[in-house]
Amino acid sequence: MDDFYREIILDHYKNPIYKGKLESSDYEFEDENPLCGDFLHIELKTDDKGIITDARFDGHGCAISMASADMLLETLIGKSVEDVKQLSKQDILDLLGIELSPVRLKCALLSLKVAKAAAYELEEAHDDLVE
Amino acid sequence: MKSLIKDDEIARQFPILKEPIHQNKRLVYLDSAATAQKPLAVIQSMNAFYEHTNANIHRGIHALAEAATEAYEIARAKTAAFIGVSDARQIIFTRNTSESINLIAYTWGREYLKKGDLIVLTEMEHHSNLVPWYMLAEEKELSIEFVHVNDDGTLDMQHYHDLLQRKPKLVSFTHMSNVLGTINTAKEMTRDAHTAGAVVVIDGAQAVPHFSVDLTDLAPDFYAFSGHKMCSPTGIGVLYGKMDLLNAMPPFMGGGDMIKKVTFEGFSTNDVPYKFEAGTPAIAEGIGLGAAVDYLESIGMDAIFAHEKELTQYAFDVLADVKGLQIIGPSAGERGGVVSFTLEGIHPHDVAQILDSEGIAVRAGHHCAMPLHQRFNIPATTRASLYLYNTKADLDALRLGLDKVIDIFA
Repeated sequence: MDDFYREIILDHYKNPIYKGKLESSDYEFEDENPLCGDFLHIELKTDDKGIITDARFDGHGCAISMASADMLLETLIGKSVEDVKQLSKQDILDLLGIELSPVRLKCALLSLKVAKAAAYELEEAHDDLVE
Repeated sequence: MKSLIKDDEIARQFPILKEPIHQNKRLVYLDSAATAQKPLAVIQSMNAFYEHTNANIHRGIHALAEAATEAYEIARAKTAAFIGVSDARQIIFTRNTSESINLIAYTWGREYLKKGDLIVLTEMEHHSNLVPWYMLAEEKELSIEFVHVNDDGTLDMQHYHDLLQRKPKLVSFTHMSNVLGTINTAKEMTRDAHTAGAVVVIDGAQAVPHFSVDLTDLAPDFYAFSGHKMCSPTGIGVLYGKMDLLNAMPPFMGGGDMIKKVTFEGFSTNDVPYKFEAGTPAIAEGIGLGAAVDYLESIGMDAIFAHEKELTQYAFDVLADVKGLQIIGPSAGERGGVVSFTLEGIHPHDVAQILDSEGIAVRAGHHCAMPLHQRFNIPATTRASLYLYNTKADLDALRLGLDKVIDIFA
């Protein structure tokens, strides 16, 4: 259990760096996890080459969903929108560095789903995004 | 009320409660509002059926078929008596509360409700008593109003009576809230709805398992509950209905057992209750429900309720000084054994996960009552729910577990 709530996860949950709103954004998406009511909104700002220069998330949810959003956005700065489309489930698991049960996996992957749906400029997110 | 149930004498009758969890932790099961654990007597009744009596019911004329039919119908009679119903034909076996309520919506609702009719529900309903009505309202262009819930978790009765003035055709409400623990004044609410001319449905999923329910006294038109929350197997539920309504209603699903006669031209329906029970039912589970009724009666519903009241007060006591903990719903004295709470700054999923690591099973989320959580402006809660096998030691464990949660998030 002490592994599950690793210091780094609790730190991102309690003191998120990327929580908030951008003045303007180029990509954004929001979705919720109906199972637990977690809600997440992500905004990405890009330069003219499609490189992400800034990002923010907002919402509410458990430590895993919120920390994963903060940690993910931290890695996205400097990457391209195309890179976001290539992200996989494993990338998030590597970021968190913990074993997750199927239910908690959904919490962890909400950020990936929202970020990819934003990158693809989708109207509606689907689970294939986080395979 | 002083409990007659001593310490862990009941827990010992439930095999699963004797099994350690996470290798070496004692299981502290506080999720009975989701589903109850099963006593050995219920498990054995189903095994005995499969080992000695298994056959299909209501058709064969061989010895096993007759024995199976008799066992299933005895279970129906026991269930009827358990809720104060003298005519067992008024007990329709379904899969669960949801199916029971859907049955009413699909048959009575489709037949008797028409465009513009009003349905009155309450803000504290779980999805089983919301979505079937939403679906019907969409199909038939009905309107739905919700009785407000007060900040203390009780229903706003002034608002209820205002809504009754508008002459709803149907009023459907929960006997006890699965989130707030509130026990509604079902008898008075039924009486007043009848005076206003409405048909009354009561969702008894959280009531029948926990306290004595007498439908002759309550007098609703329909009453729905599940077996699995009252120590019975999953897959068996009950719909009670008034005989004249059941007789007048069209059938639900079509198939074997619900017919009297089938020709190439059509069919005629069987009598109540079989009219609503198409196909081979959950026979072993029905018999398991009968065994659960026997089991609960052997302890006594009044003793069970007194035990739960005592534990609910104890839960309030041990949770009182947990930092940032807020219980939603009425005082301990006014509720059944359900305690939902929030912990400031800590999401219920994290609470439940850390409690789980200590062997404590609670529910985290919206408990299939999303609109109620919206009403209280909270996305989710952690819920500890109690039953006859719980003890004060379980609540002491919950307290220690919450201390650990706070410690991790401090």
